[in-house]
Amino acid sequence: MARYDYNDDSVVVIVGSGAGGGTLANELCRKGLKVVLLEAGAAQSPATFRNDEWFAFNQLAWLDKRTTSGSWRIARDFPNLPAWTCKTLGGTTVHWAGAALRFQEHEFRARTVYSNIAGANLLDWPLTLEELKPYYAKAEDKLGVTRTNDIPGLPGNNNFKVMYNGATRVGYRTVHTGRMAINSRPRDDRSACWQLGFCFQGCKSGAKWSTLYTEIPKAQETGRLDLRTRSQVLAVEHDKSGKATSVVYADKDGKQVRQKARLICLACNSIETARLLLNSHSSMFPHGLANSSGEVGKNYMRHTTGSVFGIFRKPVHMYRGTVMAGIIQDEAGLNTKRGFTGGFEFETISLGLPFAATFLRPGAWGRDYTRLLEQYDNMAGMWIVGEDMPQSTNAVTLHPTEKDQFGLPIPNVHYDDHPNDVAMRQYAYRRGAAVYEAVGAVETIEVPPYPSTHNLGTCRMSANPRDGVCNKWGQTHDIKNLFISDGSQFTTSGAENPTLTIVALAIRQADYIAAECSRHNI
Amino acid sequence: MKKLKRREFLQKGALVVAGAAAFASGVTVVAGAESWTARLKALNAHQGQTLLAMSRQLFPHPQLDDSYYIPVVQDLDAEAVNRRDTARLLEEGVARLDSLRGAKFVALTPAEQISVLKQVENSDFFVKVRNSELVSLYNNHRVWKKLGYPGASYPIGGYLHHGFNDLHWLPDPPESASPKPA
Ligand SMILES: Cc1cc2nc3c(=O)[nH]c(=O)nc-3n(C[C@H](O)[C@H](O)[C@H](O)COP(=O)(O)OP(=O)(O)OC[C@H]3O[C@@H](n4cnc5c(N)ncnc54)[C@H](O)[C@@H]3O)c2cc1C
Ligand code: SF4
Repeated sequence: MARYDYNDDSVVVIVGSGAGGGTLANELCRKGLKVVLLEAGAAQSPATFRNDEWFAFNQLAWLDKRTTSGSWRIARDFPNLPAWTCKTLGGTTVHWAGAALRFQEHEFRARTVYSNIAGANLLDWPLTLEELKPYYAKAEDKLGVTRTNDIPGLPGNNNFKVMYNGATRVGYRTVHTGRMAINSRPRDDRSACWQLGFCFQGCKSGAKWSTLYTEIPKAQETGRLDLRTRSQVLAVEHDKSGKATSVVYADKDGKQVRQKARLICLACNSIETARLLLNSHSSMFPHGLANSSGEVGKNYMRHTTGSVFGIFRKPVHMYRGTVMAGIIQDEAGLNTKRGFTGGFEFETISLGLPFAATFLRPGAWGRDYTRLLEQYDNMAGMWIVGEDMPQSTNAVTLHPTEKDQFGLPIPNVHYDDHPNDVAMRQYAYRRGAAVYEAVGAVETIEVPPYPSTHNLGTCRMSANPRDGVCNKWGQTHDIKNLFISDGSQFTTSGAENPTLTIVALAIRQADYIAAECSRHNI
Repeated sequence: MKKLKRREFLQKGALVVAGAAAFASGVTVVAGAESWTARLKALNAHQGQTLLAMSRQLFPHPQLDDSYYIPVVQDLDAEAVNRRDTARLLEEGVARLDSLRGAKFVALTPAEQISVLKQVENSDFFVKVRNSELVSLYNNHRVWKKLGYPGASYPIGGYLHHGFNDLHWLPDPPESASPKPA
């Protein structure tokens, strides 16, 4: 492994090792650049993962305190847990389920196609599907996405059987075991899925793609990666000309050190990327770095979500096998006849008993609730994931008084559901329930959103520097050698799970960075 | 240090990330029916019995006897030993439960207990006990057995050869939707 000097200002510093940062690190190393990858979390491995929901959550999740405000249910149900993300090497690709979908063409043009929706701060991406297609193809190959590159789909589990039969009975047609970044047969030196059912707890078989055991070791093989775990970046610094020069981070011994850099890429997942920029304010940039537009932290999106669980007379054992074992895509397209714009997907989901007890009906107690939990074996579940509207007031801001362990303001996450989000969720609840009723559900449960697993938009791409934080390469409008390399770049959220797009953007960004570096533009 | 950080997380109404205490639940061995209260460190016997009665009303399962709920109280007790604010919350909460019907909470009928709990369900005390119990009770491996959740599947090599697709009360989807296992 490479070890670069703290004063080596020819290195690329990448902050965060998840979908965005881990991928970018590997791509840049392969192009011959020197990379320092700083990751706040520690390194785990399939050997140290455990099939235990609470254990894994404590082992892997980001637990630093956050606060919430706004009308979303999360502020009431989980006031200090707005998001479910990871603080571990590999980031949230350790917890993710593996659903890997491309955006649809019109979703890159939300402002044009949906036109002006009151209260929504919609904008077109400065990027088209056509431009991103070659990178989607590279990303699918990298992740080994099923139903692409001649890779067969995964075999459906019991949870999927219930979904499939219900969905086809109510007339849905695009229903299958999904496009998943989970091996359906051995590939890339990783085994096929064992149907363990603990995808959210770290995949012990390695069948599910995670930067932890793909991108990061591959970057290390080049000899150009200097990986530093348990290294939490506290600030990005700049010189008098406004160019980014270095980062300050707390290393594994708690010591604060400064690493110089030629360029700096932030991939901390949307809440922390925005917080880091805001916390990096200076006399030259009193409102935080790269924030001349005032858009840093704003337009936070988290997808319109919710779940529907059905209870049946006979056992389902939903916890057996892949968590996202199948998808219904009929509602994902453009169709304004449903009383809202934007689309959504249904994807199977299962929770172990400990999480089911916590999440199925937050706040519930008493015999009505325990009677429900006693039918755990007979439950099937599906998750709703749909496009939510960017709103200027949905924002990550710095808490006015509360500080973290490093003395820095913690983030507050404010989110109000847009009327479009509410209408979509209500419609999806009804349709999801209809799917399960079609195969004899004795009861259906509408489950409110979990803490956000998809966190997007806080440093969005925009053609005009006034409207957003970065350009179509993720390069900040204000600072040429500062890049946004994660889901914060998203201009709008689309209906699809975001990670494939994050990875495609990272591969594309690597091409741009390498070209700009060789042209000595940065 | 780490423990403290996690505990700070236990804010009002927050998701319980109870850390160490929660993981201990599964292995607690309950000896004599009465002796467990004698081993409580921060709570007295009456407080222990009251919290036991409360936890039974919060998440009642007829198939679970007291031995499944006692760890809930033990976890609260363990936290109260380390945190004065938790100890005070529990003391005051128990006193409140005892004061609302002119008789001790443990002496009330189940219906009366439920109506007392409804009266306090928005209090910090109630939220604390409920959130803590959600982890203590439902992360207890003995409870998993009773409610039909097998837990870890890694020891059996996953469900690929152990019934991941053994549901037979509905037809199998076509292979185009759900290919056969490799
Ligand atoms: C349970 C669950 C299921 C999911 N399922 C899916 C799915 O099926 N499909 C899909 O597309 N997406 C899914 N997601 C979302 C997916 O995981 C994320 O979209 C993706 O990982 C985001 O990538 P990222 O690079 O933006 O951030 P992350 O992967 O979260 O990586 C960010 C990294 O930055 C580190 N970091 C943060 N701040 C600092 C700092 N200051 N200094 C140093 N390091 C820092 C963090 O520790 C973390 O490791 C799921 C998420 C969860 C929680
Ligand atoms: S079900 Fe498959 S992908 Fe999920 S954890 Fe198990 S082996 Fe990994």
